[in-house]
Amino acid sequence: MKEQGIQLKNISGNNLEQCLKCSICTVYCPVSAVSPEYPGPKHSGPDQERYRLKDTKFFDETLKMCLNCKRCEVACPSGVRIADIIQSARIEHSKKRPALRDVMLANTDFVGTMANIVAPVVNVTLGLKPVKAVLHGVMGVDKHRTFPAYSSQKFETWYKKFAAAKQDSFKHHVSYFHGCYVNYNYPQLGKDLVKVMNAIGYGVHLLEKEQCCGVALIANGLSKQATRQGNNNMRAIRKSYKEQNRMVLTTSSTCTFTMRDEYKHVLKIENEDVREGISLATRYLYRLVESGKVKLAFRKDFKIRTAYHSACHMEKMGWVVYSTELMKMIPGLELIMLDSQCCGIAGTYGFKKENYERSQKIGAGLFDQIKSLNPDCVSTDCETCKWQIEMSTGYDVINPISILADAIDVEETMRLNNV
Amino acid sequence: MVSFINIMYLCFANESKTFSKRTFLLANKISKRKNLNKNLIMTLNNKHNIKESYDVIIIGGGITGAGTARDCAMRGLSVLVVEKYDLANGATGRNHGLLHSGARYAVTDHESAAECITENMILRKIAAHCVEETDGLFITLPEDDLSFQSTFVEACGKAGIRADIISPEEARHIEPSVNPTLIGAVRVPDASVDPFHLTTSNILDACRHGADVLTYNEVVGMIIVNGMVEGVQLCDNHTGEVYEVRSRVVINAAGIWGMPILQMADIKLNMFPAKGTLLIMGHRINNMVINRCRKPANADILVPDDAVCVIGTTSDRVPIETVDDLKITPEEVDILIKEGEKLAPALATTRILRAYAGVRPLVAADNDPSGRSISRGIICIDHEKRDGLGGLITITGGKMMTYRLMAEEATNLACKKLGIDKPCETAVKPLPGSEGLDKNAKEWHLPKAYNAAKGRQGMRVNEIKNETLTDRALVCECEEVSVGEVKYAYENLNIHNLIDLRRRTRVGMGTCQSELCACRAAGVMCSMNKDPKKTLHDLGNFVNERWKGMRAVGWGSTLDEAHLAATVYQGLCGINQIMNKKESK
Repeated sequence: MKEQGIQLKNISGNNLEQCLKCSICTVYCPVSAVSPEYPGPKHSGPDQERYRLKDTKFFDETLKMCLNCKRCEVACPSGVRIADIIQSARIEHSKKRPALRDVMLANTDFVGTMANIVAPVVNVTLGLKPVKAVLHGVMGVDKHRTFPAYSSQKFETWYKKFAAAKQDSFKHHVSYFHGCYVNYNYPQLGKDLVKVMNAIGYGVHLLEKEQCCGVALIANGLSKQATRQGNNNMRAIRKSYKEQNRMVLTTSSTCTFTMRDEYKHVLKIENEDVREGISLATRYLYRLVESGKVKLAFRKDFKIRTAYHSACHMEKMGWVVYSTELMKMIPGLELIMLDSQCCGIAGTYGFKKENYERSQKIGAGLFDQIKSLNPDCVSTDCETCKWQIEMSTGYDVINPISILADAIDVEETMRLNNV
Repeated sequence: MVSFINIMYLCFANESKTFSKRTFLLANKISKRKNLNKNLIMTLNNKHNIKESYDVIIIGGGITGAGTARDCAMRGLSVLVVEKYDLANGATGRNHGLLHSGARYAVTDHESAAECITENMILRKIAAHCVEETDGLFITLPEDDLSFQSTFVEACGKAGIRADIISPEEARHIEPSVNPTLIGAVRVPDASVDPFHLTTSNILDACRHGADVLTYNEVVGMIIVNGMVEGVQLCDNHTGEVYEVRSRVVINAAGIWGMPILQMADIKLNMFPAKGTLLIMGHRINNMVINRCRKPANADILVPDDAVCVIGTTSDRVPIETVDDLKITPEEVDILIKEGEKLAPALATTRILRAYAGVRPLVAADNDPSGRSISRGIICIDHEKRDGLGGLITITGGKMMTYRLMAEEATNLACKKLGIDKPCETAVKPLPGSEGLDKNAKEWHLPKAYNAAKGRQGMRVNEIKNETLTDRALVCECEEVSVGEVKYAYENLNIHNLIDLRRRTRVGMGTCQSELCACRAAGVMCSMNKDPKKTLHDLGNFVNERWKGMRAVGWGSTLDEAHLAATVYQGLCGINQIMNKKESK
C-alpha cells in the first residue's frame, strides 16, 4: 500500500465531497416538489457550500425554505449529511436576525411556562379571530394555524403530585425526557407512558433538570441558546445514564433525533458517550418484548383501525419499524401504513406566514390519503405532525404509546411480569 | 441519443430555478441597462471571412498570443490570430492560476521578481474581474531553515515587493488552514488569477480593435520569399483544407509549440519542455496563497482558484514529442499530496477532482545546448538579427503573469519593423469585463449564478440573458453556470464545442466533472448549432476529456463519481458506440 501521509480515501473531512451529484436527494425533497424556486438539497447543500467557502456572500436566503426533514439524508446513497450542511450554513451565514415571532416560537419552554399559568385564557385568546389577525399581520404567524391548546397543569406538576412517590418501589428504572409538548400541552401522553412502564415493572423518573431540546431554537437561528440548553440536557442525561444506569426514554421523535444527532452534527456538542442511552419509548419497549424480558397483555375488547404516519425524523433514525411492530402486538389493532411523506409542518416552519401555503402543499398528498382511508385515528410519533394532520384532516392523531396505554390490560401485564 | 439530449434538456429546463420577484426585476433592470460594449464579440472566423493579408499574424491562442493580439490591434495594426486548437488550450490553461507577487523568484531571479510585481499591480487594475486579491503567505516549517526568511525578505525589498514578517499565531489566524506547526511566515501580495478568462478578455479586446481570430487552424508551413517571412500556410483542423494567408510580420507566440514552428523556417531554437503537474482539490481549503519560504522546489504552492484550490507543481524535462499528450505518473501525484499536506494538512482529507499538466516553454541560451543555465525570463527574438530571416519574431519564455510585458516587447519590435510609432496602452486601459464601475457589487441577493458569472465574465455578466425561466436555469450546478451564460458564450466567445465552452465558462469544472452538466450543456448547444450529430460527438469527447484528468487520481469519491458518469453516458446511452459508429461510417 502507499506510504503514510498519502491520502487513501480521497474524501473530505466534512463529507460534502462524498456527494456524487446523483440528485436523488432532490427527488425526495418535499420542498423541491412544490417550490421550484428552492434550489433543492444537493444544490443548497454540497454544491453551494463550495462557493460559500469561497465567499460567505454566496449564502442564499432561499436556504430558509429547507424543512430540515432530513429526507435528503435518508435518500443519499453516499451518506452525505446534506441537511446538516444546510443547517450549519444557516447558522453561520444568515445575516437576518431572528424576528420576535421566531424567538417566541422557538422558546417553547418560556412561552409554555407563561401560558400554563393562564391556560384557559390563552387557549381562548389564541383562538379568537382578531388575535389571529394580529398574529398574522404583525407577527407573521399564519392565521390559518390553530395553536395547540395549553394544559392548565404541567406534566411535571402532575408527576410530582401523583406519580413520583411510588416510582422507587419498582425493580427497574428509566428516566423520561418528556419534552415541551408533553409538559405544557399534552400531559396525557406522559401519564400514558408512566402507566405502561409501571405495568411492566419499570419506575419512571424525571431528569434532574430538563430543558427544551432546542430544535426550534436551531431552526430559528438561535443556536447559542440551543447549545446552552443542549449542554444542560447532556449533563442531566449523562447523570441518568452513566451514574444511575437509567435509560432515557422519550415520546417525541424530534426531541430524540435532536439530542442524538443534531447536537453533535449541528451544535458540535459531544454526545457520543450517551447517545445510546437515549431512546424512543416504543423502541425500548419493543426490544424488551422481543428479547423476552417483559410480556404485554391487552384488553380483549380493544378495537381500533389506525393509519400510521412515518414522521420524517423517524425515517431518519430508521425507527418506524419499532413503533409499528409494537402496535401490531395489539390483537384488536388494524394497522394501515401511510405512504412515507412529509406532512409539511416541520415544527415551527409551518406556523410562519411565509411558509403556510408551502407547508400545506407539501402535506396535501398525505392528507388526501388519510381522508380516503378514513381510519378511526391516525398514529404517529411526532407531536408537530399531530397538529398538522389534525388541523388539515380533522382526524385524531394519537401517539403509539397512548394507543398502547389504552389497549394494555394493566393487571394481567403486571401479573405476567411479576410486578 | 439526440432526442435523449433534448429530453434531458427539457427536463432540466422545466425543473429550473426561479428567483424572488424582486431579484428577478433587479436582474432584469441590469440586463436592460445600456450596453457600453457593442462590439464585444469574437466572430467565428473561417477561411472564407478573413482578409487575404494582414500586418501581423500571431501564432498561438494562449495568453501571450492573446495579449500580443490586443497590443498590436490597439496600436492600429491589422491582426490575425491563429491557433491549432482552442484559446488557452496549452500551458496558459494548465498552470496554477497564481498572480505571483514575484516573491518566489526574489532570491534566485531578481529580474523576474521585479517584472512580476510590476505586472501584478497592473493586472489588478486592468483585469480586476480575473484577479482575486487573496494575498499570500510564505511559511517556514520546522524542517526549513528559518534564516532563509531574512534573505527572502531582503530580496523582496530589493525587487519592490512588500513582504511583512508576521508571527505564526497571526498566520494561523488569517489563514486557518495553514500547517499549524509553522515557525515563521511572511505576507506578500500574491493573488489568484483566472487564465481562461484573462485570455478571453484579451482576445475580445483585440477583436473590438479589429483583429480576426482563427481557432482550430494550424500553421503547417511558412511562406518565405527572398529571406523574408511573408505569411503562413494554414490547415483547417476541422476540414483538413490547406490554404495561405499573407502578412508583413509573423509573431511566433506558440509557447513550446513554437519550436516546431521555427523548424518550418529551418531555424533551430534550444527549447526544453518542462512538464509541471498539478492537482485540483474539490473545494477551497485556503483563502490565501500558501508558499514555502525556501528556494523554489516541487509542490510548494497552494493557490485558491474560484471554488477550488490547486497544489503544484512538479518539474520534469520531457521530450518535445510528448507535449500534446502528457502523462501524469503516480509518483508525481504522490509527491504533490505529500508536499501539499505540509502546506495545509486538510489536503490529506480533501477530495482531489483531477490532475493536469502543462509545459513550460523554457529556452536555453544559444551557447548552452545542454540547457544547464536555463532562464525563466522573457525571450523576445528578432529572427532577422539572429538568423537573417526577416519578418519573424518569437516571443517565449516568461510566465503567464508577465504575458502583458511579453506582448509589449513583441509588439514594440513588430511596430519597429513596420515603421509604426505608437505607444503601448495595454497597461492602462482595462480589459472588457473590468471596464466601468460595478453598481451591483453589494447586490448579493441577486441570483447566485449572476454573481458566479460575474466572477468569470466580469461586467460583461450584464450581457447574459436572464429574462426567462429557461435562461435562468442552471446547466452546471457545481459552478453555477446558467443556460443564459452558455448561450452568451456560444454567441460571443468563439465556441466550437463543449470543451471550448468549459474554458469560457466553468461548465464541467466542478465536483461532478461533467456527469450532470455535460448533457444539459450539449442540449443548449444543440438548440443553437442545430447539429445534433456533431453535438453528440462533442458530448462524447467532453466526457472522455474529463475522465482523462480524473484517471490519475481515480480513487475514493472521484472514482465513484467517474463510475456514475460512465454508467450514465456509456452504460445507459452507449455514447462510445454511437461515436465509433459515426467514425466508421
